[in-house]
Amino acid sequence: MIARLTEDVPRRGLVLLAVLLALALVFPAFASGYLLSVGFLILYFAFCGQAWNIMMGFAGQLSLGHSLYVGLGAYAAAALYVHFGISPWIGLGASLAVSMLAGAAIGFLAFRFGVAGVYFAILTIAFAEFARIGFDHFKWVQGSSGFFLPVKNYAANDLWNLRGSPVMFYYVMLAMTAAAFVLCHALLRSRMGYYWQAIRESPEAAEALGVNLFRYKMAAVAISAGLTSLAGVMFAFYYNNLFPEQIFHVSRSIELILGPIIGGIGTLAGPIVGAFLITGLAEGMREVMLRLGIDVPGVKQVFYGLCLLLVILFLPNGVWPPLAKTLGLRR
Amino acid sequence: MNRRQFSKAAAATAVAATFTPFSIVRAQARSLKVGLLLPRSGVQAGIGQDCHRVVSYTAGILKDLGLPALDLMNADTESNVDIARSRAERLIGEGAQCLVGAFDSGQTTAIAQVAEQKGIPLVINIAAAPPITEQGYKFVFRNFPTAPMILGDAFANQIEVFDVTGVKPKTAVFMHVNDTFGVAMQKGFAGVMTKFPQMPYKLVDTIAYDPAARDLSVEVTKARASGAEALVLVSRLNDAILITRELVKQRWTPQAILSMGPGWYEDQYLKTLQKIGDGPMSFVPWYDPTKKLAKQVEAVHNKAFPEVNFGTNHIYTFEALLVAADAFKRAGSADPKALADAIRATSIKDNVSTGPGVLFDAKGQNDKLKNSAIQNRGGKLVTIAPKEASNAKPELPLLAYDKR
Amino acid sequence: MPFEIYLNVAVSGLLTGLVYGLMALGLSVIFGVVRVVNFAHGEMMTVAMYLTLLAFTALKLDPLAALVPVAAVLFVFGYLMQAGLINPFINRPEHSQFMLLVAIALILVNAQLIIFGPDAKGVQTRYSFDSFQLGKIIVDAAKVYAAGAALVVAAALFAFFRYTLLGKAIRACADNYHGALVVGLNVKRLYALTFGIGAACVGAAGAMLMALIDVTPAIGPAYTLLAFVIVITGGLGSMPGALLGGLLIGLTEALGGVLLTPSAKSMFAFGLLVLVLLFRPQGILGRKAA
Repeated sequence: MIARLTEDVPRRGLVLLAVLLALALVFPAFASGYLLSVGFLILYFAFCGQAWNIMMGFAGQLSLGHSLYVGLGAYAAAALYVHFGISPWIGLGASLAVSMLAGAAIGFLAFRFGVAGVYFAILTIAFAEFARIGFDHFKWVQGSSGFFLPVKNYAANDLWNLRGSPVMFYYVMLAMTAAAFVLCHALLRSRMGYYWQAIRESPEAAEALGVNLFRYKMAAVAISAGLTSLAGVMFAFYYNNLFPEQIFHVSRSIELILGPIIGGIGTLAGPIVGAFLITGLAEGMREVMLRLGIDVPGVKQVFYGLCLLLVILFLPNGVWPPLAKTLGLRR
Repeated sequence: MNRRQFSKAAAATAVAATFTPFSIVRAQARSLKVGLLLPRSGVQAGIGQDCHRVVSYTAGILKDLGLPALDLMNADTESNVDIARSRAERLIGEGAQCLVGAFDSGQTTAIAQVAEQKGIPLVINIAAAPPITEQGYKFVFRNFPTAPMILGDAFANQIEVFDVTGVKPKTAVFMHVNDTFGVAMQKGFAGVMTKFPQMPYKLVDTIAYDPAARDLSVEVTKARASGAEALVLVSRLNDAILITRELVKQRWTPQAILSMGPGWYEDQYLKTLQKIGDGPMSFVPWYDPTKKLAKQVEAVHNKAFPEVNFGTNHIYTFEALLVAADAFKRAGSADPKALADAIRATSIKDNVSTGPGVLFDAKGQNDKLKNSAIQNRGGKLVTIAPKEASNAKPELPLLAYDKR
Repeated sequence: MPFEIYLNVAVSGLLTGLVYGLMALGLSVIFGVVRVVNFAHGEMMTVAMYLTLLAFTALKLDPLAALVPVAAVLFVFGYLMQAGLINPFINRPEHSQFMLLVAIALILVNAQLIIFGPDAKGVQTRYSFDSFQLGKIIVDAAKVYAAGAALVVAAALFAFFRYTLLGKAIRACADNYHGALVVGLNVKRLYALTFGIGAACVGAAGAMLMALIDVTPAIGPAYTLLAFVIVITGGLGSMPGALLGGLLIGLTEALGGVLLTPSAKSMFAFGLLVLVLLFRPQGILGRKAA
């Protein structure tokens, strides 16, 4: 199976991947608490970016309300843990179920009624907002006063209940991101992946050739939603508190998609490169402000916005395609 | 050196400085490195920046009190939990020996976890969600009342006010913003009501509104339709101004406006509404105007910021820094464990906030804090309850809006 | 609850809805013609509100009087933004446009934070506290004036698009891009003009809204979302549709708030949006896509 997965990946690419993976594995050994927390964030956004990319990059459906799935996944697993003591590894089954159901519902409503493009994007925002307000009133998970997970000792790493040191969370996130990467690669090379790309490039032509648009668009939405919900589970157990106002907020949705758009939509490495750049840029700017002694709130965001503007103006397809060419990974 | 060489050198220095993992060793050993985490941008920027104002005058006061200096390291949490956590890690990495912050309950929880893991004490200036000090943490301390504490004192103070003024409304309508604090207060309301059978009013309606509400005419119409005599609220600054304007426009003056949250006493409210803004009472964590240190800090604050009333944000942020300095003096060293133990043993009787002083229980919560009642009068604030910590008498009922 | 409460609430909702409608009108014009999804719409309105505030504090200009100069400034701002930044993005995929405007929005919001600070700022006019009483109905005076101004501006806009040559040229671009090119219209310049007009609408709406609420740098995104909900409900590209959408959303939110809990009143707006998207995606007054 590994042979089949790697058959048309250039050798250089495989070596690069192996090197990156090795670096990521030993990173905690020489990273301080701060760098480790940044590393976690990069992996988190890389994972979410991968998940979102399935829907947008592969199947061409622009979702601006992906925070919905993060939130649903987070609340589902957290609620089961707090109210019934169920481990998140089992609880994530509920997260997957709930998110995929929500995604399928949105997909069904949208595709059956021909909602596409910008309209679809607004629809996704509407559903995320709906969830935000709805969960504000959802008493079982404390609504807007916040859902807190009990935090016990830090002496031992409890992997089963995801209680432990940041290093443990880092490795779990790394495993998830790597698995997502392999999954996306496999999906792209599967028949479904080809159908998706056909749908993305020209839905009419694909339909004319007999591709069942509805079924494959639904699949993309469901898979994307399910995968994103797993990130939500991690979020809940890493931060140990959930507020609907924050987790379902549209700014969270925007955060998730910055990575893949800057990195390169539709590519495999795009979301990862993008997550690295986005988080790295933000932290780097904070450092520069700190060293230069600028303590005016808002300045960092202005420069950050300017950088985003420059990237989007001059690298419309993202950073990865030209980077891949330079590295000799693209013909 | 020409301009080109200079800018190249500057760029190189900036890059090098950015990637240097070690910060410049500071010469002072007799000061405590305190990381101050506040939301100075993002949606909570107003409050974060207000808290931050104390930074300009705390050093002078601490010196006057004979306390050691604090080496403050400022960080902006940007009203975001991811950033709050990584900034906390960054500060600790840069050598912070104590953390103070962070106003928002969600961000504070994330920071608390980092503090507990790294064994660095965190003194919470403001955050009212009860669970934060219920986790069994050994390094997290909160010198701010929890929502149930605020509620209980609010009731006690209201009863005192009703007794003194002789105005006892029989019905009340409760409006609250549907956010962390508002919902926490609403949840505790019925329970605390049973502990105060002498409370004259009964709630006839509860109206929750969206924190992002642009227009509160519907909510005020509903409140007015309930026929209640008094208006009890938990809102924020923007809402307070909107609601007041609606009250005037809809021609309804309640007997009493009883706010148990921010907004109704803030500078923006008083400045914008002027005469119309007189009368509402706020039952909030406040300072005791009879205490010596409170008077001193207020005077210094008014000199530094004549346009800004001395309020909750300043009081509690200052006190958190005071706690850090005081503990450092008693611990004699900046070792985090010694510092944490010293903080736990804190006993500052001559402080700023209302109550017997700064004392922490086994969970790290100052459960002795008392909350005050203040009233808007003549564009200024007076403290009306509890009696022993007041500087004026309460006045009820509210003067009708169309008579102002 | 007595009937006049509902009537009061409904009237208030309709009036507010008109002002929102004007804001959404700008978006409808922009999207209907230039086909750019302006995700910085709310932030542009916040800029207009701050300008109105400056006019009030520095020149003692009433917000409704500041309407014209603020709209003019926003017109120039919109024109330059379209001609300078957005033009290359017209034929790019939506997510690129989205990213561009998100970046612009981020810069605008934080620039405002740096310049004006985070505290809410408002204007207080002679009529800030006035209300009219008609029988059992109490109507907010400021809302009446703002709604009236909104109607006037909307009427002016309709007249422009229907009766002037320039207006017809812009409509031609919207109806048939290639046809417009063929007959020799300078489409690029017309696009920039349209964006400017849309921005001017937003400017006018911002000036009016300043008479009703206070401004902070953070209120932009909620208005962007609201504008989209209104425009899609009413019909993208239809100007009466934007006003109708505004009225509907204003009414739904108001009545929803009074019947159920006000904290969930935005849900009704979204519910309406979902229904419209499903059963009449072109909006109530929109034309079906060619």
